[in-house]
Amino acid sequence: MNNDEIIQNLTQSDYKYGFTTNVDTETFPKGLNEDIIRRLSAIKQEPEFMLEWRLKAYNYWKQMEMPLWAHLKIPPIDYQDIIYYAAPKTVVAHNSLDEIDPELKKTFDKLGIPLEEQKQLSGVAVDAVMDSVSIKTTFKETLANLGIIFCSMSEAIREHPDLIKKYLGSVVPYTDNFFAALNSAVFSDGSFVYIPKGVRCPMELSTYFRINARNTGQFERTLIIADEDSYVSYLEGCTAPIRDENQLHAAVVELIALRNAEIKYSTVQNWYPGDKNGKGGIYNFVTKRGICKEENSKISWTQVETGSAITWKYPSCILKGDHSVGEFYSVAVTNNYQQADTGTKMIHIGKNTRSRIVSKGISAGNSQNSYRGLVKIMKNAENARNFTQCDSMLLSDRCGAHTFPYIEIDNPTAIAEHEATTSRIGEDQIFYCNQRGISTEDAVGLIVNGYAREVLNQLPMEFAVEAQKLLQITLEKSVG
Amino acid sequence: MTTTVFQQLAIDNIKSVFEQQFDDLINEPEWLRQQRKQAFQLFLEAGFPTRKNEAYKYTSLEQHFSGKFTYLSHALCEKINIEEVFNCDVPSLDTHLIILVNGWYYASPNQELLKQTPEGIIFGSLREAIKQHPAIVQQHLKTYFSSLASSLDYINMALMQDGLLVYIPQHAKLDKPIQVINLVVAEEAVQIYPRHLIVSESSNVVQILFCDHSLNASPFLMNGTMDIYLKDFAKVDFYRIQNAHNHSIQITNNHIYQSAHSVFKSVYVTLHGGTVRNNIYVHMNGEYSKNSMYGLWLADKNQHVDYFTHVNHNVPNAESNQFFKGILDDEATGIFSGNIYVDKNAQKTNAYQSNKNLIISQNARVRSKPQLEIYADDVKCSHGSATGKLNDDAMFYLRSRGISHKESCQLLMFAFASDITKEIEIEPLKAEIEGLVDKRLRGELSRCNRCSISCS
Amino acid sequence: MLTIKNLKAQINGKPILKGINLEIKAGEVHAIMGPNGSGKSTLASVLAGRDYVEVTNGEVLFMGQNLLELAPEERARMGIFLGFQYPVEIPGVSMVTFMRTAVNEIRKYRNLPQLSASDFLKYMREKKELVEIDTQLTNRSVNEGFSGGEKKKNEIFQMAMLEPKLAILDETDSGLDIDALRIVANGVNKLKRPDNAYLVITHYQRLLDYIVPDVVHVLYDGKIVKTAGKELALELEEKGYDWIKKEFQNL
Repeated sequence: MNNDEIIQNLTQSDYKYGFTTNVDTETFPKGLNEDIIRRLSAIKQEPEFMLEWRLKAYNYWKQMEMPLWAHLKIPPIDYQDIIYYAAPKTVVAHNSLDEIDPELKKTFDKLGIPLEEQKQLSGVAVDAVMDSVSIKTTFKETLANLGIIFCSMSEAIREHPDLIKKYLGSVVPYTDNFFAALNSAVFSDGSFVYIPKGVRCPMELSTYFRINARNTGQFERTLIIADEDSYVSYLEGCTAPIRDENQLHAAVVELIALRNAEIKYSTVQNWYPGDKNGKGGIYNFVTKRGICKEENSKISWTQVETGSAITWKYPSCILKGDHSVGEFYSVAVTNNYQQADTGTKMIHIGKNTRSRIVSKGISAGNSQNSYRGLVKIMKNAENARNFTQCDSMLLSDRCGAHTFPYIEIDNPTAIAEHEATTSRIGEDQIFYCNQRGISTEDAVGLIVNGYAREVLNQLPMEFAVEAQKLLQITLEKSVG
Repeated sequence: MTTTVFQQLAIDNIKSVFEQQFDDLINEPEWLRQQRKQAFQLFLEAGFPTRKNEAYKYTSLEQHFSGKFTYLSHALCEKINIEEVFNCDVPSLDTHLIILVNGWYYASPNQELLKQTPEGIIFGSLREAIKQHPAIVQQHLKTYFSSLASSLDYINMALMQDGLLVYIPQHAKLDKPIQVINLVVAEEAVQIYPRHLIVSESSNVVQILFCDHSLNASPFLMNGTMDIYLKDFAKVDFYRIQNAHNHSIQITNNHIYQSAHSVFKSVYVTLHGGTVRNNIYVHMNGEYSKNSMYGLWLADKNQHVDYFTHVNHNVPNAESNQFFKGILDDEATGIFSGNIYVDKNAQKTNAYQSNKNLIISQNARVRSKPQLEIYADDVKCSHGSATGKLNDDAMFYLRSRGISHKESCQLLMFAFASDITKEIEIEPLKAEIEGLVDKRLRGELSRCNRCSISCS
Repeated sequence: MLTIKNLKAQINGKPILKGINLEIKAGEVHAIMGPNGSGKSTLASVLAGRDYVEVTNGEVLFMGQNLLELAPEERARMGIFLGFQYPVEIPGVSMVTFMRTAVNEIRKYRNLPQLSASDFLKYMREKKELVEIDTQLTNRSVNEGFSGGEKKKNEIFQMAMLEPKLAILDETDSGLDIDALRIVANGVNKLKRPDNAYLVITHYQRLLDYIVPDVVHVLYDGKIVKTAGKELALELEEKGYDWIKKEFQNL
């Protein structure tokens, strides 16, 4: 077998999270209208202001058109053919573990996310979300002792309306873009985090998103607020069953870092990518944005993107506070007929703000993988600095790797640097490994992991290993 | 898509100019009339680009086309004695001098419109070449079919006046560079549409130099298109110095078609100009062809300089390199958008692109968009973009040797610019340009000193 | 010539120099030695006027003038020369342009006529011979692509060209092989005159075999903790810096 064949085999892998859970699901009828939104708000027992906000967003969304500027071929989506709410019937009072449907527990066990606190990786608290509802949030009490709020978004809306009123939509207003408007109208659950002043969150917080029900869209909403002098590291993971039809996932994530606060947000995105002929898979249209609102704050995005049929996602930082720092580390792997258009925006507003972008794209099969990024340095951002490194690796002669940076500088003391390279795995590199006794399969794995190392290193320890395996699996067919 | 007021005005203006002119064109051969018609039709279909168009994200041209400028259907040069007014040649630069005035070929009484050497080299007026050598012109004058042509090309084709033709047959060798002085001199504000065609089949290097100048301060709009064809093994060096006044709008559309083993080198220097937009489209259509592009812009006041490049690698084993640098002062805006496109057939492509900018005032702005679109895996493609201020360490080093702050800036800016100017391979021209750049960076009048018209 | 009184300085809020006192007279060679991180290079930077070092206290008088309020180029014109530890590469600026600009600026300050192009080239040739610098180096851009040794020789060449009153050589010996070291030291010795002075900053004693100091200071933790004759350098060479550290870290 020659090297090309081996790479081809390696890149024909199976999706390991494609099973379905058989639980009774309560669903709304297909389609979107004001009634659906009212019902959703009612079922969530939301205060009036939320319903009003949702309706405003819905009416705004109705006048919008889907964005077409990305380097993506998106088939037409019938927004009236989607179910906007689906919840396992057994989820009622999900605070006691005993009441959770064993079927759901089994599902999350299978996904490697045990809901029992004692079984979990030490130092990780989990909010598990299936379809439109949160199943269970672990370690809530432990965290509450420190004043940390970690709960589902639905609960936060009910229990902490003041924080929601103040911050929800403050970073991503519903007018922001088509998918953000849609999400604002119909989001069903997600996670909420508040870290009080001076608290360093002692464990990783994580949310696991699972799509299970057929024909549904998932619209989660996450809001993280790090008050002055606080720190939190947050991780999200996502999977979905194998289905022939495409499913829509349109999430919004908002991060707010106040004075001296730091938020580290990591994503391991492994939605079902579709089969090797490009059938099925999740449309992942996500708006993620953080604001470093006050001085010396820091927001760091790390993403490992391996799943989804189509990814449209630009986790961004608004660097408003002086001396604030924004980071974006990304590995995006596309295989078969996957398409990804992902990157970031770094908006420098404050003085001495710094940003760093490291993007590693890996394209295989017939996939298209684009980096799209904006670095904007505003007029008053004295001494702002940006460094962007943007690399692409191509593993087949049928895929594409593209780089679309936008650099806009309005301040003479700023320095913005951008570098991009395109490469493939060299025959000489593989030969070198072979000569040292390493098989070609392992060599490709090694080289890809080495290539992505700078990003993987940013992940919390517990997940770095997982992510590394995932990379390998995405590009691998069990060889030998 | 909705049409803006300016966009509609621009379309209406072009439409009315075209309709007025078209009837006057009965002396032109039928194929050219048809070609103009087709181009005009294509323009109507494509519309006029606005900022909503990705390629014009940072530059709007529509208001400039909305009717303030007069179209000259004839050369106006009998009114002036060009040689007397214009005395801007570079000393010891020996060239075939060609002068275009307001888009029309200008020949002094004893000068022919078209020269032909015994070896078969033809150069001179494009319009004359259409009469004398229709075959050569016709087969090459078809940019508007090119995949990268834009509305601005269609407009040029529909309204084109005159311009330069150069044809170099196989094995022929031109004895010295061709220098084109592209002058604008008119009492009123004019819109001009020069069209140039350069075809080389020879492996001997041909050097072509374009100097854009304005002789008085009347505003003008220029939308020129140039096609350069390099046949197998052809070698062309192309230089363009843009130095018109700050009330001008200069658009150049340059299409380069390269066949196998051809080598094209170009250096663009923009010293002055109100709004400048240079579109450079390169088609790497032959294996082992090589393209090197260099660009430098020095913009101050309210100048707006936009370089837009698109290099299409359509075949394997070709190489392209782009180096573009800008220095922005006062309220000036400098824009670079570069795209490297590598077709899936274009394995073993080697492509590089670099854009560097210096911002030296509080209100200057830079936009940089270096893009890669790659569909083949065995390629070496990279780009870099860096925008910032002068290097602190270098500044301190110079000052610690007793050199003043101002002079240190000057030295470093000149060094920054010389990366591009050093690529000019005609020595006297290089010296002249470096002198101009030095003066320009010192804020001294950088327009040719001997020119009797001084405009700011 | 140079008087430093209770000089304190910090970088990014971190105190580095914690009260330096030093007096250098015309004709003298002073050496400052000390372990890494003791503040040697910071002192050189303060004297040359680097703006990232913030002076928080004290004064520096050079030829009776307050040095600290002057721009780097004004200091250079008055006769302060810093031989950099890491000379920066400046692509595109030729050595000839660079040196001619510098020499003429300094001549202007000293009320001397500007050198014509041919006089300048002659002057440059003389100095090149004096410091045994390769002709090739002066045809290139400032320090661009120079090896470590070439960069240091280039510093000495520039010193010869600018004829400073006080030359501060910051770790000029680092990264030099023995031949290059000899060339650098010979250059310095040839340029030594009764009306100029040297401040030689070094970690090792070996440079002082060639440039013999009149006074040796030991800088430790931002202060001069020992001052003696040239024999101190030998003692440090023999015993290392540990005994100094031990002696002073409890203070």
